[in-house]
Amino acid sequence: MATAEVERKRGQLAALSIAVVVVLVGVPLWWRTTETYRAWLPVNQINELAELQLQLSVDVEVVFSRGTLMPEQQKKVPFTRTQEEAQKVDDDTTLRYRYESKYRTANIMEEDALKQPTAAEADLSLHTLSASPCGSVVVYVIPETSVLLPQGVDVYIGHRRTAVLRMGAPMSVGKNHKQLLAHLEPRITQVVQVMSFSHTDITAALSDRVRLSPGSKESLADSMRSFKSSPGYEITFSLLNPDPKSHRLDWDIEGAVHSYIQPLLTKLAPLANFSIDSQILYYAMLGVNPRFDSSLEAYTLNADSLAHVINPVEARLGSNAASSNPVLNFLLYVPDAHHSPLYIHDHQKQPVASNAFHSPRWGGIMVYNVNDLYGRGETPLPVNININMEKVMGVFLAQLRLMLGVQSSPAPPGFLVEPCGGAGLADWELDRLMWSRTVENVATATTTITSLAQLLDQIGNIVINDNIASQVSSTVTSLQLAVAELEAGNLGFALQYSKEAILASERAFFDPSLLHLLYFPDDQKFAIYIPLFLPMCVPILLSLIKIASEARQRRKLKQSKKD
Amino acid sequence: MAARRCLGLWFFLITLCVVSTGADVLHTTPVTGTESSAAGTETVVARELPEAPSDPGEHTAAEPTREGEQNDRTRGGEQTLGQPTREEEQEQEKTREGEQTPAQPTREEEEEEEEQEQTRGEEEFTREEEEEELTREEEELTTEEEELTREEEEQTREEEELTTEEEELTTEEEELTREEEEQTREEEEEQQTTAQQEEQTKRWEATELEEEHVHDAAVPPLAGDPPAADPPSPPPSKDDFQEELVIRPLHSGDIYASFQFRTVWDADFMGDQKVSHYRLFPKSLGQVITKFSVRELHISFTQGYWRTMQWGQPYLPSPPGAELWVWFQDTVTDVDGTWKELTNVLSGIFCASLNFIDSTNTVQPSASFKPLGIGNVTDHSFLRYATLPREIVCTENLTPWKKLLPCGSKAGLSVLLKSEKLFHSTFHSQAVHVRPVCQDPQCRTTSMELRQTLNVVFDLHTSGQGKREWSLFKMFSRTLTEACPLASSSKVYVDVTDNPQGEQFELSPATPLLTQAVVLGDRRTYSVYDLTQQASFGSSRSLNMLLRWKAADGEMLRPLLHSERYVAGYGLQAGEIHTLIYNHHPYRAFPVLLLSAVPWYLRLYIHTLTVSSKGKDNRPSYIHYQPSKDRERPHLLEMLLQLPPNSVTEVTVEFERALLKWTEYTPDPNHGFYVGSSVISALVPSVVAMDTNSTLDRPLFSSFFPCKEEASYFMRVYTEPLLVNLPTPDFSMPYNVICLTCTVVAVGYGSLYNLLTRTFQVDEPSPGLAKRIANVIRRFRGVPLL
Repeated sequence: MATAEVERKRGQLAALSIAVVVVLVGVPLWWRTTETYRAWLPVNQINELAELQLQLSVDVEVVFSRGTLMPEQQKKVPFTRTQEEAQKVDDDTTLRYRYESKYRTANIMEEDALKQPTAAEADLSLHTLSASPCGSVVVYVIPETSVLLPQGVDVYIGHRRTAVLRMGAPMSVGKNHKQLLAHLEPRITQVVQVMSFSHTDITAALSDRVRLSPGSKESLADSMRSFKSSPGYEITFSLLNPDPKSHRLDWDIEGAVHSYIQPLLTKLAPLANFSIDSQILYYAMLGVNPRFDSSLEAYTLNADSLAHVINPVEARLGSNAASSNPVLNFLLYVPDAHHSPLYIHDHQKQPVASNAFHSPRWGGIMVYNVNDLYGRGETPLPVNININMEKVMGVFLAQLRLMLGVQSSPAPPGFLVEPCGGAGLADWELDRLMWSRTVENVATATTTITSLAQLLDQIGNIVINDNIASQVSSTVTSLQLAVAELEAGNLGFALQYSKEAILASERAFFDPSLLHLLYFPDDQKFAIYIPLFLPMCVPILLSLIKIASEARQRRKLKQSKKD
Repeated sequence: MAARRCLGLWFFLITLCVVSTGADVLHTTPVTGTESSAAGTETVVARELPEAPSDPGEHTAAEPTREGEQNDRTRGGEQTLGQPTREEEQEQEKTREGEQTPAQPTREEEEEEEEQEQTRGEEEFTREEEEEELTREEEELTTEEEELTREEEEQTREEEELTTEEEELTTEEEELTREEEEQTREEEEEQQTTAQQEEQTKRWEATELEEEHVHDAAVPPLAGDPPAADPPSPPPSKDDFQEELVIRPLHSGDIYASFQFRTVWDADFMGDQKVSHYRLFPKSLGQVITKFSVRELHISFTQGYWRTMQWGQPYLPSPPGAELWVWFQDTVTDVDGTWKELTNVLSGIFCASLNFIDSTNTVQPSASFKPLGIGNVTDHSFLRYATLPREIVCTENLTPWKKLLPCGSKAGLSVLLKSEKLFHSTFHSQAVHVRPVCQDPQCRTTSMELRQTLNVVFDLHTSGQGKREWSLFKMFSRTLTEACPLASSSKVYVDVTDNPQGEQFELSPATPLLTQAVVLGDRRTYSVYDLTQQASFGSSRSLNMLLRWKAADGEMLRPLLHSERYVAGYGLQAGEIHTLIYNHHPYRAFPVLLLSAVPWYLRLYIHTLTVSSKGKDNRPSYIHYQPSKDRERPHLLEMLLQLPPNSVTEVTVEFERALLKWTEYTPDPNHGFYVGSSVISALVPSVVAMDTNSTLDRPLFSSFFPCKEEASYFMRVYTEPLLVNLPTPDFSMPYNVICLTCTVVAVGYGSLYNLLTRTFQVDEPSPGLAKRIANVIRRFRGVPLL
């Protein structure tokens, strides 16, 4: 009986030790060999970024010229003053605008500059006096009686980051400095909104994050016209020659790009990289047959049919094989002898002066009529035609500005905006673009990174390599820096960081290693394990239960013995 | 863990039950033959046929009756108009149709007439179809549009001072028809539907050009260089485009048609300045060359195998499947990375699976692939060569290839490239070659040359019910009507060497122009049709060459170099690759370079390499062998062999088949695995003196391979690709094997567990089997026996 007891004890011990071995060695071994590698991700910081709180700070310098302030006002006008405005865009996104105004009086040189005969000259000499940093605005307040601005113009905005503001009648201003500031502040804000950003711009830039309530059709079209922010753009000029038998076309695209497009792109260089190329496509037809209008003795294209014009051409345009940046297409169509002149009509059936149209986020098309060069059939075909690039590039430049989002919203009444000069872009327009692009980059990068984090969280099987983790961390760092720089008002740095963030986030999101593994559903995996697990675990479990029940019985027995 | 063990076990089981099958050995006996003599210097002769009339408009003397009829049919008054326009041509055709009763045509003429009629009829048919469509559309037209038409007629009449209103109508119709045709053609494009959907969502708006912009544009922005000041003087011919079609009637009754399109652009792709303004050169390709710093790029897609013994040598050889070889510029630092990116981009451009090119099928040949353009690069670390023998070539590869042509498929020779006919052929090969070439004889400046070639062999003998005749229309279902207006030369050559007196076949319309060219070591005579000359099209305004064989069979000059390759051996473990290289030259020996790239899963035993010719050992004078690394790189074997005259040289090497991982098998593993063609590059002794001046104006088909010396010419021969069976597991097994092994493990474990934990009690004196086993274990463990 003693041996039987020993034997039973030994059996129990064996069962227990096997269970212990299985639990201590087998399970961890199985777990370790079948687990996927997942690097650590800064999930908390990503979640913080999901709740985006952007603060945009603008430095506004208000300079009072002589004659605008009374001596007692001059003493009392504060040195600096901060104005804040908070806007809640949606549940996760809040915006705060902060205008940091500095007040000072003009120094002698500035006074001299403001005495120039025209506003443009004053603007230029003010610029040479002091170059204001990127993203800031300088407003010069001039007296009501100044002749610098023409009659009826209250605000003048030049090529740089300066604006000239007429004070307004002394009576309306009032004597008190508080009244004065109260009079000035809304007008300064208005100037700043034109020169740096307005709430509509910023919300449009946030469209990647925030689903906009469908506003007016016009504003939607405006917001959708320009290309999305991207680290680079490919600009392609294509000359379409539908019939090389009737004319041979020559265009000096190299020279035209150099003198018309390049200055603008050089100006835009901090925003993105641009590459330009051109091609000539032969036998490139429009997708619709233009109607012959007998009253005009010309062919016409209606606005409704414009949508179909491109289809056959687009197949031949070709995407840029060597990069994945968005392509801006500018097509110059020269109709052949039998189909010219060709005019584009708008929705009101009126001919479009530029004879060009554009498609949002795609590019523009211009029709270039050359029928007067045919010389009434006397010259033998094909006719050699040299294209007047000045005319063409004027249109393409305007379209390029639209596509890139350099659109000045119509200036409020009383504003005089100096037309942009040789560079094709004023400094403040660049600033405006940089503001909205920075916000857009931040919005896009945060959306990308949060959705990536969500995806990785949802699918536990995805391997997260170290390089993805490092990309994610660098995205998060760049985003935090960009937000901080926006808050500090350093626009240039903010844009730089936001670009880095967007690049890193795209790289992480589209990393091919995220797709490598085959994902099997859990039930199938367990179906494969069952032939192994079931016969192994059932005896162990049963003997454990038996041991437990025996132990309980023994305890009961002991208890009863005690009793 | 368990699963891994199971897989191992499963593979073990697989290897145990390897099935052995025998491999068929193919062998053909070499035939000896004679060789054509005739040596001399090459001249291009343009002679007129004796009967040729002086008027270029009436070009054929071979059919005087027909010519007369046509003259009768054409209205006399129109002849004075000089260059008749297209609508007149149609008019003429219609007239001809109306008076469709030739007086007394001979039988041959009748046949010819029939053929032409058929052609014309088919053309008419399509035209009629289109006209039907047109009329239907016209019915739908509103009165406004009718007015429009009439208005336009008036306008055109004013402009062109043409005679009748009827003609005007034809102009209109013609134009509309043409447009419609274009439209339908365009609609064939694949991207059409998607693009249209996209377009619908886009909002189109007229560009409102603000005053300031116009003003702005009018003022030259940069004071330094006003664009209007320097007169736009583009170099007169910065780029040049040529097109060419060579038709060679083959003795087997097949027809070999070879298209070549050449764009030469005097742009410096290798300089520092970025090339970005494209005219005739395709932008997509130019961008690739610029971005990846490509010096030379050769890519070919081939369907079918070129049968050298039946067809002779092709103008441009290519292996079955896809082949890509690229020389990079020496500024490229990471050649492998660039190569990988380049193959991916090219795969997108040509719609092909070039992205499957990776390190396991890429080699760096040391001697076989020298640059074909200028530049004497010897460092072969900038060269990459890969073949995909499995690649299937079809329309999706043809469409992007055609897009690279300046005229697309709209005009010139490229209108013949209709995929439904081109792929209904025995052999189809299309290629793109980009290389730098000399601009002038002194080679001071370089230009980039893009050659697009398309070779096709039609088996018209079987499809034409045994009639040995062909015409352009029969081959391509199109005829030629014009040259590409952008082409500086546009020619059709027909090889008539074997037909000096017209005893073999008859070619119509006959052409007065004959030219001779030295190509592939032989002087050939070609009839030339120059499409830039209106006279080539004759009065029918369309060129439809017709060739009718008279003699049933002719003697073909046997190619001097020819090769075969096959796999020998039985079973799925070992095998042997045999390569036979034939030298049919009766008295000259010449050297060849043999390159074979074998995938890693055939493990070559290089010590078994034997080279023998005429039963004797033939030691290669140069061997470059790079062993493979599993899953990393293939075997590369290059040899320089001297082929004795009139001999067969046999190269054999044994190999062992490797067992692949289960994910490495293709979706259809029992089909077998392809081994790409071997490449034999040779300098074959030429019977006539070759032309070594590369800048001379020569037909394109004879000027591809640069020729360094007069006595020999360069040639490349591709062997057959091999199809090798590898040991293939049953892929439905893994789950079963896992279940089985798990059960075995569980059963073993279970009994062991039982024995270890169960208590046994003595019941009877004679111990049972279980007790005895238990005792054995207990004795083993030193525990007291039961």
